[in-house]
Amino acid sequence: MAENPTAKTKNRPRPVSPHLQIYRLPLTALTSISHRASGLILGAGMIIQVAWLWAAATNAEYFAWWQGYFSSSFGRVCVFFWVFAMFYHMAAGIRHLVWDAGFGFEKASYRVTNWVVILGAAALALITFFAIYPKL
Amino acid sequence: MFMKQEILAFRSPLGRVRGRGSAREGAHHWWMVKLSSLALVPLTIWFILSVLQLVGADQASVQAWLKNPFHAVGMLLFLCFGLQHSSDGIQVVIEDYFRAGGWLKIACLILNKVVHLFLVILVIFAVLLIALKG
Repeated sequence: MAENPTAKTKNRPRPVSPHLQIYRLPLTALTSISHRASGLILGAGMIIQVAWLWAAATNAEYFAWWQGYFSSSFGRVCVFFWVFAMFYHMAAGIRHLVWDAGFGFEKASYRVTNWVVILGAAALALITFFAIYPKL
Repeated sequence: MFMKQEILAFRSPLGRVRGRGSAREGAHHWWMVKLSSLALVPLTIWFILSVLQLVGADQASVQAWLKNPFHAVGMLLFLCFGLQHSSDGIQVVIEDYFRAGGWLKIACLILNKVVHLFLVILVIFAVLLIALKG
């Protein structure tokens, strides 16, 4: 044959067995991917932060639009999720720093800290949103 | 355990001089990332406790709040460290999902740095404009 005999198989992607659709991830894995997801959400929030500050520095009309947005119920829901993302990312991040120092790798230890991170972040977000800033 | 002098010197003296261990400045980069993350813990707590009150406020109140030098400096510190941290994090994400390398990975890494640098300058300018304008 004139053509390359391996042409058909060489460029076909290798088969991958399904994993995420099959296996239930352990809680540590879920907290880990949530740490990354919350980080990305906070990154997007940073851009909004910059836009808000820029509006505060320059354009009164543009700023009034942001003020309206944050006063609306949709805006308040967004702020709540952003606050929760911030507390979650911080809690999981502190746990990463603790791991970097060498502590907390034992099974008993990380089973506890998983819940400390999740529940701690939720509690701090709820307290901040409803007790400290009820008008938010 | 690990946080002793060794962590700042994961290389031989000769390697440090030549900068040619396989990770080059890797350990230093890692340490800087950890330090900036640590700095963000008190800064974030401060930010949440103080700036969140400004969420629905009008422009005059926000400007008045930022004219206080402590608030302006705190805001600058939080935003600069925050954007640095954001850049580090997104860099890790890019390096994870473009394992094979190639021009697209390099382009994304460069874009990451460029966008964050742009945001940092915007933010510093905005805060200073509010804080210093009479």
